[in-house]
Amino acid sequence: MPVSTDAQGAKIWQLRNRKQTLIRWAGYLAAVAIFMWCWQRISEATTWFFVWDAPRIAADIGGRAWPPRWSYMDNLWEPLWDTLNMATLGTLLALVMAVPVAFLAARNTTPSAVFIRPVALFIIVATRSINSLIWALLLVAVIGPGVFAGLLAIAFRSIGFCAKLLYEAIEEIDHTQVEAITATGASRWQVMAYGIVPQIMPAFAGISVFRWDINIRESTVLGLVGAGGIGLQLQSSLNTLAWPQVTLILIVILAAVVIGEWVSAKVRGAII
Amino acid sequence: MTTATLDDRLGTTWKKPPLITNPALRWGLFVGAAIYLVLAVTSLDVNWARVAEGMSRGWAFITSFFNPDFTSRGSDIWDGILESIIITITSTVVGILISIPIGLGAARNIAPLPVYLVCRAIVALSRALNEIIVAILLVAIFGFGPLAGFLTLSFATIGFLAKLLAEDIEEMDKVQAEAIRATGSTWLQWINYGVQPQVMPRLIGLSMYRLDINFRESAVLGLVGAGGIGATLNTAFDRYEFDTAAAILLIIIVTVMALEYLSGIIRAKVQ
Repeated sequence: MPVSTDAQGAKIWQLRNRKQTLIRWAGYLAAVAIFMWCWQRISEATTWFFVWDAPRIAADIGGRAWPPRWSYMDNLWEPLWDTLNMATLGTLLALVMAVPVAFLAARNTTPSAVFIRPVALFIIVATRSINSLIWALLLVAVIGPGVFAGLLAIAFRSIGFCAKLLYEAIEEIDHTQVEAITATGASRWQVMAYGIVPQIMPAFAGISVFRWDINIRESTVLGLVGAGGIGLQLQSSLNTLAWPQVTLILIVILAAVVIGEWVSAKVRGAII
Repeated sequence: MTTATLDDRLGTTWKKPPLITNPALRWGLFVGAAIYLVLAVTSLDVNWARVAEGMSRGWAFITSFFNPDFTSRGSDIWDGILESIIITITSTVVGILISIPIGLGAARNIAPLPVYLVCRAIVALSRALNEIIVAILLVAIFGFGPLAGFLTLSFATIGFLAKLLAEDIEEMDKVQAEAIRATGSTWLQWINYGVQPQVMPRLIGLSMYRLDINFRESAVLGLVGAGGIGATLNTAFDRYEFDTAAAILLIIIVTVMALEYLSGIIRAKVQ
């Protein structure tokens, strides 16, 4: 019983006994020590002179970046179209690849839980844990710079995300409907088309639109590594220190992200 | 449908009901999507000769996954990964500490309207800006190094955690909080005993999830000079050292898997 006695010998209730309290304090101490050590490493790698100078630099950049150069907008329509295409076509390509992976990974539809399911799960984890910028970096090195590399980067990055959400949806379907279709003597593919697909269709549509929204965000920066889209303009404006253009591009990106989110919320609201 | 009798429908084949019931909207969407696809694909300017040329390099990259080179740039990889982990830990801790008050402020049932609006504005700003763009600006302001990466990820963590925490607080059970109120507690005691126990399991789960995201993000911050493994990875790709790049990617994948496994255990424990 976690009870201690005070000076008068009266019993005081406590949440934890002595040992639990000590273990907790040791845990806190270790956590603080790790954090402080990490902070020390960051501090060693930082040039503090620049940091103390930061407010002045920030004010300087801010002063140069305003007002945005609106006339530069003429050069932005085409990259913006490219960005939209990368996000949309990339999402479509990802869905085409994610659907079979999801069916192979779901416990109730996989042909072999021992051999094929782990492979599908590995594909999901591997594509998900590599950021789309890294995919773009890799694909630019392999197939050269351009919109196509960005499109593939978006597609590969999205496979894991879409397949994971989709296979969780497949695992949660109502089995009685599948059984009913099976009882009519339907083949394996017919069971899939009439028993499983109608049940996961709303989830599928929701996931596609959700991922499309995320991909709009991600495709705006892929140009930084040479994969086309509005990021290319951002990179070249940054390299030439053309801050008014940078401001305009950031405003455009922000607008694109907000519109994308709005469209996605509307469509999801209509589906669900 | 209601007028159709059984006799009318006998002999006709059953058809699946369409996902979108309004036919005009359905065909309009189909045609619109088709036109967009044609436009998009034709504007896609693919240099197939360059792609074909790259295939051998792509194959070299895939094979290098079975023969990764951990040693020849071993010290660079180790330093980069360590810096990524350091950025991840510090930014997650600081991000959580800052997002708790902001999350409290962004919950409509706790905060007064002015505080609510300010906190929601901070959350919206943090969520709208891409991490990489924030990193570019912070590198320009604070100089190269892990400090810019740490600040970037802390900022991104605030938007994510504060929003989800606020939503969780808004959905909490009012009765428990009221019971604490009725004992004459102060505001802090009210939060501590009435609200915190209800949101704690979810907060821990979300923090673990964010730790995972922050590690993945810290791997790319190096591309823009904000510290971490990204710089090493970029150099490896630039030199076409695919075996080193494969080694780095494998380390990232394994770390993410380990973190996911760990967060699964912790989440199962607190819930």
